Amino acid sequence: MNNSILVVVLASAVTYGTPLLYSALGELVAERSGVLNLGVEGMMLVGAVMGFWAVQTIPGPGPLVLILSVGVAAIAAGLMALIHAFLVITLRANQIVSGLALTIFAGAGGLSSYLGNDLNLADAPAKHAFGAFFPHGMQTLPVLGPIFFEQNALVFVAWVFVAGVAFYLARTRPGLNLKAVGESPAAADAMGINVTRYRYIHTVVGGAFAGIGGATFSLAITPQWVDGLTQGAGWIAIALVIFAFWRPALCLVGAYFFGAFAGLPFTLQARGVTIAPELFQALPYVMTILVLVTVSAAGARRRLGAPGALGTPYVREER
Amino acid sequence: MPAVSLHGITKRFPGVVANDGVEFEAAEGEVHALLGENGAGKSTLSNILTGLYRPDEGTVELYGERVEFDSPRDALDAGICMVHQHFRLVPPFTVAENVILGDHRGEGGRFLVNPRHIERRVAELGERYRIAVDPRARVWQLSLGEQQRVEILKALYREAKILILDEPTAVLTPQEAESLFVTLRAMADEGRTVIFISHKLHEVTAVADRVTVLRGGKTVATVGTADATPQSLASLMVGREVDVATRVPREMTIGDAVLELEGVGATGDRGAEALHDVSLTVRSGEIVAVAGVAGNGQRELAETITGMRPTTTGRIVVGGKALKGGDSREAIHAGIAHVPEDRLHTGVAPSLSIASNTVLKSYRGTHIARGPMLRLGAIKERALHLISSYDVRTSGPNVPARQLSGGNLQKVVLGREFSGEPRVLIAASPTRGLDVSAIETVHRYIREGATGGMGIILISEDLDEILALADRIVVMYEGRIVGELDAETATKDAMGLLMAGVTEPVA
Ligand SMILES: Nc1ncnc2c1ncn2[C@@H]1O[C@H](COP(=O)(O)OP(=O)(O)O)[C@@H](O)[C@H]1O
Ligand SMILES: [Mg+2]
Repeated sequence: MNNSILVVVLASAVTYGTPLLYSALGELVAERSGVLNLGVEGMMLVGAVMGFWAVQTIPGPGPLVLILSVGVAAIAAGLMALIHAFLVITLRANQIVSGLALTIFAGAGGLSSYLGNDLNLADAPAKHAFGAFFPHGMQTLPVLGPIFFEQNALVFVAWVFVAGVAFYLARTRPGLNLKAVGESPAAADAMGINVTRYRYIHTVVGGAFAGIGGATFSLAITPQWVDGLTQGAGWIAIALVIFAFWRPALCLVGAYFFGAFAGLPFTLQARGVTIAPELFQALPYVMTILVLVTVSAAGARRRLGAPGALGTPYVREER
Repeated sequence: MPAVSLHGITKRFPGVVANDGVEFEAAEGEVHALLGENGAGKSTLSNILTGLYRPDEGTVELYGERVEFDSPRDALDAGICMVHQHFRLVPPFTVAENVILGDHRGEGGRFLVNPRHIERRVAELGERYRIAVDPRARVWQLSLGEQQRVEILKALYREAKILILDEPTAVLTPQEAESLFVTLRAMADEGRTVIFISHKLHEVTAVADRVTVLRGGKTVATVGTADATPQSLASLMVGREVDVATRVPREMTIGDAVLELEGVGATGDRGAEALHDVSLTVRSGEIVAVAGVAGNGQRELAETITGMRPTTTGRIVVGGKALKGGDSREAIHAGIAHVPEDRLHTGVAPSLSIASNTVLKSYRGTHIARGPMLRLGAIKERALHLISSYDVRTSGPNVPARQLSGGNLQKVVLGREFSGEPRVLIAASPTRGLDVSAIETVHRYIREGATGGMGIILISEDLDEILALADRIVVMYEGRIVGELDAETATKDAMGLLMAGVTEPVA
């Protein structure tokens, strides 16, 4: 029963959906502050490579090293987001251009590849990796075993993140302020909320989430470092935010839905079914096109519930 | 000791000195009006007092103590709240959420918030000051008048000692303005300081204890309203004797209908119905004014007639021929000219030269273009002609339109629209933000247009302007025409009631 195609697909949906979920949540947090960051793919790749470097380098017991490595991935990607924040918040650069530039700079063929090759991370087996979180006995349970108990800790932490972000937005004062900053920065400013600070913090935190998303590949799914290992997951994450109408809980559903697609070629291959892999490889690009079309149609954005000031800088003394 | 005193406040923006050594004092417990023409620097001064702008020079004192505000937070902490000209509300938030936004005193939760907890308090404040709004309503669902109440509730909730209102009556009917004045008086009687910004003289004399007049960024005088008359304030405000806009008798030869709307409906930007079953006939030689509080469908009406917005029901007939609608080129060909509300962005292309802007609607004509090629010489000639005949003050036809002042820009728009010899002119708030002499000029052109046989729709929120220009007045409320008045006999009170949607005689 645990080998039935449905169970396998669902299990891989959760596995491959998890990095999407982290990154989409991060993008959601940034976008709620009004900052669009198309650099997710680049930030994920930097997170993936730095996380893997940390796991190979830091001495100590496995669980601790893994936790620290995820932290390193988050910080590295957060620093990437800080560059974007500086460009678009302080220098008021165009957010789309800056985000794309970030992906080109940091992504495959850029900084992340350079780091991976320079630090000799390629082809090395991981010293530690996230394995199944629950004891072996539970993994063999029918249906729930593969879908749930075989999963690694990062899967469950992601749920905590979803709940945390949802709670933050709905129930806390900083969350309320954040939404105001993303909707009408002029109103937030007049009420004494520091728009610049809110945007910086949430852009950087959003980037850190993307770093964890990247580390999910290199520390759990693969687990090793391969150049460009995210294969467009960052773009899907950006699209996901839109399809989730900027709501954390819907991000979860969407991430697993797209995770199923992302995992499908591997699942099918393992069973000897061959579908043209190009079909699936094209998916991220199709998504990207959809995103860019949606994001550029301001009317559509409004109707979908996008933050009112998404993509626009705020300057107090300008009319 | 004055509650607020500003000394030598100077604020420069690129190319303008918005405040030039302004002196201002307001006492505790008074309603103090700040009067001045558009562009006099009133909003700039109040933004300085609320910490949004930093003054280049000058000092701010509150209750005798020197303060320096780095941000609006500091001003809020000092008890200053402002109702901005363009409201600073978060549209998707509820009223209660807007009220507690940024209120860090921890009521309703320091880290955790529950806007529900303060709904009762918001409702109470609303009752007490006669500005009730449903605390659970979302702001985008509210009328502009109600949104203004939310802004005042924010100030009351924070127990502001000093409240500044920037042109609060622009979005209100005369009756709503009256009731606002009662609220402001009540607040002042409790010992608060209310600074009321306006350029409307009768309001200032009605509500304020004292008035400070600004002109060209400088303080002209501070006088008690008891010693002031509208005439004396007007001359302080513009620096010379003026007549308040008056009716000029006009030779009228009313002809055939040039524009007929039959049951026209349209949807607004948010997808809700913005126009409902609007029927209206304009005849040649006639000025029909559309009165109403801003946001009751006037903009959508203008856009529908000019083909910028499709109709959902009904039809538009110009000179006996029905338009298919939703096609601005068709409307231009049918002879509809448009002086839009937002003259800088809809009226012209701001970065293009005056010359290019004068041919925006006629570039296909053979006198301007030969095939796909423009005849630049002819265009320039035409622009020079427009500049001289409409007395546009500028250094030449190649100046980008954005560099013109409001009045001169409006002359360019009028000149371009009139040059097509239209049958119908839709003029939306054609004098908003213009100075007195530019207003006179624009009014003269509108009158001349009607005398020359055009049918004119004048959309305006300025009742004085409507009474001075119109032959007939229709009033819009929530997308419908709720009444029609003869301009000879109409009164502001009668218009005001209709503007508030009151169509039954009040018992
Ligand atoms: N943020 C700004 N940037 C540039 N110029 C401005 C800005 N705010 C106001 N001004 C200019 O300063 C002058 C005074 O404007 P304002 O204070 O808005 O006048 P008022 O409120 O009396 O109509 C005007 O000439 C206006 O164009
Ligand atoms: Mg103003």
